[in-house]
Amino acid sequence: MSTTKSVGQTPSTLWTARLRNKFFGGLPPERLLPDKQPAYVASWIYVFGVLTIASLLIIIASGVWLSFEGPLWWHTSNVGHFVNSIHFWSVQLFFFSMAIHLWGKFWMSAWRGGRSRTWMTGVLAFLASIGTAFTGYLVQTNFDSQWIASEAKDGLNSVGIGAWFNVLNVGQALLLHVAALPLIVGLITIIHVLQVRRRGVVPPVGFEDSSGDAA
Amino acid sequence: MKSRSREIVQWQGPSKRYDIVKEFVVALTVVAILTLALSALFSSPDEPSLTIKSWANTSSEDFVLAAATELDGSSPSASYGPPYVAIPGSGQKIGPVNLQALAGVRTPVNSANAFVIDPLRAWPNPSSSLTFALGAWARASPDQQQQWASAYVQALGETKQLKATGAADKYGPVPELTSSLLVMAKSGALDGVVALGSNFYQTNYTHSLLFMGDGTYLEDAAVKQNLGGDQSGMMNETGSYPGQAWLWLYTFWYQIPPFSNEATTIGANADAVVWGIMMLLSLLLLLVPFLPGIRSIPRWIPLYRIIWRQWYRNHPMPGK
Repeated sequence: MSTTKSVGQTPSTLWTARLRNKFFGGLPPERLLPDKQPAYVASWIYVFGVLTIASLLIIIASGVWLSFEGPLWWHTSNVGHFVNSIHFWSVQLFFFSMAIHLWGKFWMSAWRGGRSRTWMTGVLAFLASIGTAFTGYLVQTNFDSQWIASEAKDGLNSVGIGAWFNVLNVGQALLLHVAALPLIVGLITIIHVLQVRRRGVVPPVGFEDSSGDAA
Repeated sequence: MKSRSREIVQWQGPSKRYDIVKEFVVALTVVAILTLALSALFSSPDEPSLTIKSWANTSSEDFVLAAATELDGSSPSASYGPPYVAIPGSGQKIGPVNLQALAGVRTPVNSANAFVIDPLRAWPNPSSSLTFALGAWARASPDQQQQWASAYVQALGETKQLKATGAADKYGPVPELTSSLLVMAKSGALDGVVALGSNFYQTNYTHSLLFMGDGTYLEDAAVKQNLGGDQSGMMNETGSYPGQAWLWLYTFWYQIPPFSNEATTIGANADAVVWGIMMLLSLLLLLVPFLPGIRSIPRWIPLYRIIWRQWYRNHPMPGK
């Protein structure tokens, strides 16, 4: 067993030094971008985490393109409709990958060994993604968004959220969808990935002592 | 113990070379190709939005009845409660807690004025009969307005026609108001007036969508597309496209009793109760690592042995 408590740490009262020690103490370069992994990292289930991130990047890229042209562009332009299709299908792939990733991590008890924060940031990313996708459906500016807004308002109003988040206000939904919510999802995702890099990939059940011998 | 729990335990067992940057680039390429292929093959849904104009032209009776219910205060939006209308005792509850009422009226909507009277007043060249009707409505007491409009709503419901006939004093100016609004709506002018109000810019469609929701036109169109509330509508998509499948559990509750039965207390408060259940389940999902029993399920149902089968083949656990 090794610890990283002393890695790169300079005792200091400076906030800057404390922040540096905290970040790089737990994430030296060889751990941030490792070139080797434990031998047990050998399953297709590991692919779905990186597929989720890859899908998120496609979502962001296509979303940025759509945002340059405005919310109504894709109704009248063939190129716009194709970019919207990329946005639409990458969202579907994103949630498909994330659902398998989440279930995989559940059955692996991936929170073991001090990895509860990794699990929790993953769940927060999932919940924030649902909110982001929901606002995306609200800003399609077509019949689907009309109906989803009409239906969803009752749920949100019933618990008081609708008093602040008015789903019938497409301007509010649009700003949340292209600004605040992607920022939140992006930040949580980065923290989640850094947690994975910091703690490493959870070992198989029964091999928690890190030596490779069964506990 | 507290400091020990913060220690990072690194794997000291056998390792192998692993290029995570290459893995990421390959994954990004695969997803990009897959997304482009799906987009080229299947495109994406875009059912055109409905308008007040299309509502008035295709479902005139429904439109006129909705307009009349705005005037008598019986429309869904006029009787909604918070956040649109202050109605004592309204709002859904989770047990004794009425979060809807606690949040208050933050988007006030006077549906009679916003959807009927103010748009008619904005008509640039009103007929003399409309001018007279608007004046009569303005001069009448709220009780008189209610009496006229309620009588007309009842008559429309019985006759199922565009304009009920009867003694003028029974319905007052209501028939003229609703028929004039229908003319305005059929021309397309009402869409802009209801949505814009006095603004030049517009991004808020609260009035338009509330008004359209007061008829059956919007819901009928949704039900035809299998988007109704009792059809798991929120997670479906127009056409044959996948929708928000990740909302399956949220929409699931609406399909089963007691949530689907509005005659029960839970059914009458289904929106709030379902939200409460989903918030609780989300919290439980977040806290799985700390929940005795739940966190042990993967040990009881050892699917992890399939995931790590290569490892276990070469590294049997003691006693196995």
